[in-house]
Amino acid sequence: MREPEGQASGQAAADQTESGQAAASQAADQAAASQAAPAIMGYRRENGDIGIRNHLLIIPTVICSNQVCSRIAQLVPGAVAVPHPHGCSQIGADKDRTFSVLAGTGANPNVGAVLIVSLGCEVVDPQQLADAIRVTGKPVEWFDIQSVGGSVKAIEHGAKLARQLQAGLMRLRQEPVPLSKLKVGVKCGGSDATSGLASNPALGAAADRLIREGGTVVIGETTEIIGAEHVLAERCPDAAVRERLYAIVGRFEREVERMGADMRGGNPSPGNIAGGLSTIEEKSLGCISKCGTSPILGVTEYAEPLPEGGLYFMDSPGNDIECVSGMAAAGAHIVCFTTGRGTPTGSAVVPVIKITGNGRTFSLMEDNMDVDVSPMLDGSLDVEAAGERIWQEIVEVADGKLTKAEILGHQEFSINRIGPSL
Amino acid sequence: MEHALEAGADAIVMDVRDHVATALRDVAAGETIRYKTGGREGSVVVAEPVAFGHKIAIAAVAAGGEVRKYGEVIGRAVTAIEAGRHVHVHNIEGIRGRGDQAGAAAGTGGGKA
Repeated sequence: MREPEGQASGQAAADQTESGQAAASQAADQAAASQAAPAIMGYRRENGDIGIRNHLLIIPTVICSNQVCSRIAQLVPGAVAVPHPHGCSQIGADKDRTFSVLAGTGANPNVGAVLIVSLGCEVVDPQQLADAIRVTGKPVEWFDIQSVGGSVKAIEHGAKLARQLQAGLMRLRQEPVPLSKLKVGVKCGGSDATSGLASNPALGAAADRLIREGGTVVIGETTEIIGAEHVLAERCPDAAVRERLYAIVGRFEREVERMGADMRGGNPSPGNIAGGLSTIEEKSLGCISKCGTSPILGVTEYAEPLPEGGLYFMDSPGNDIECVSGMAAAGAHIVCFTTGRGTPTGSAVVPVIKITGNGRTFSLMEDNMDVDVSPMLDGSLDVEAAGERIWQEIVEVADGKLTKAEILGHQEFSINRIGPSL
Repeated sequence: MEHALEAGADAIVMDVRDHVATALRDVAAGETIRYKTGGREGSVVVAEPVAFGHKIAIAAVAAGGEVRKYGEVIGRAVTAIEAGRHVHVHNIEGIRGRGDQAGAAAGTGGGKA
């Protein structure tokens, strides 16, 4: 579909054609994007957000609506559903977390319109969910399966609503928007020793670049800073932020102790261990370089809306899908995902850029890998040049180029739970 | 971190305080591998096969001693480790996230089936 990264990354503009959104004018915009003050083509939302995709999102409030949502999405090209196993038999903070992830995913600026499908008796209230997403100004419709009379009628009714919403989305036009509005999550998964040596430091260089441009970066994976939190804490200019960082790590570690288990085997995972990582401390120390060197301005809750500008830490599990979904619900436009072992993970609403420092993995899993920084390991690519390679990919993907995960239709979605099923 | 990856290096040491080098290729038993640390060249004879991405001790560590990589503690040795040995889950353990030890020590770990 696309050229592998060439030596002349500045000429990548010429390759930008397959997004389906490409126009002749994009070449000029891309050329502009490699200058000091880049702009990209995006969708300007009513609340001032910019979107780099224009999804119609079909949200089940509850697992019982999953099948109806999936069928509706199949009937309306371009629609994406986010089936999940939650939405009922939940209470308190656990229920609130499910609600905030669903609301945040609907509010994500890459989403242009939302259809919510309720069963009719679950704990996540569809009217409240619609209201929470409508704050952004985007069109939101909802109905429940019990009222319309079962699955077949619900699929028919939902498909009609979805087609109307999709027709509205097709009329939206992209316009030049500043890259400084971009919010990018940094994540690693399926790590091996090359993650800490190459792909994570390279991603860190790109993260620093985005922040210099005025953009926002979020790092998560609280479990995967255990043993490295003191290094990150030194980078929190605010004492309260520093204490909060230590507190969230302490909470996760106590949870592991409560379970009476050694983290090892769960994290680092069997694959991490096969790749040469021996302990969570080693993995963590290799992980943290992916967020670059900027000061950490705040610690946010899982799926909490991200502030504008600078680097933030989101309290989240290391689990790939839960973390990426939390970043998307927090308003990230893109997630940059480093991997050593290789993983196909995508997201329902954000492009996921896959970066590896393991040349064998890039060759073996080229279907899933977007950026190869493995030449760092033989000294032929320095960290700044590798970071620039990733930065160029971020700019192109923000401007409409599809990631491998998007091309393959990877639309993973998962909500982190913190309570028991009742 | 002060490391720089160099063309043709067999292994990389991330920080001058480190006890380990990371193999940049599969290394066979008996091979002498070269690396740089603190601006100086070092070498060690590898005692056993070490796969790409895995660690080789470049200094001896006593049983129970802390093991450093990136200049930071990545765990502790469960046996004495001689220079040249493969360093991994068989001879080092994590210190953090050890619910198994918290339960055994306090007798209140709970959660055990």
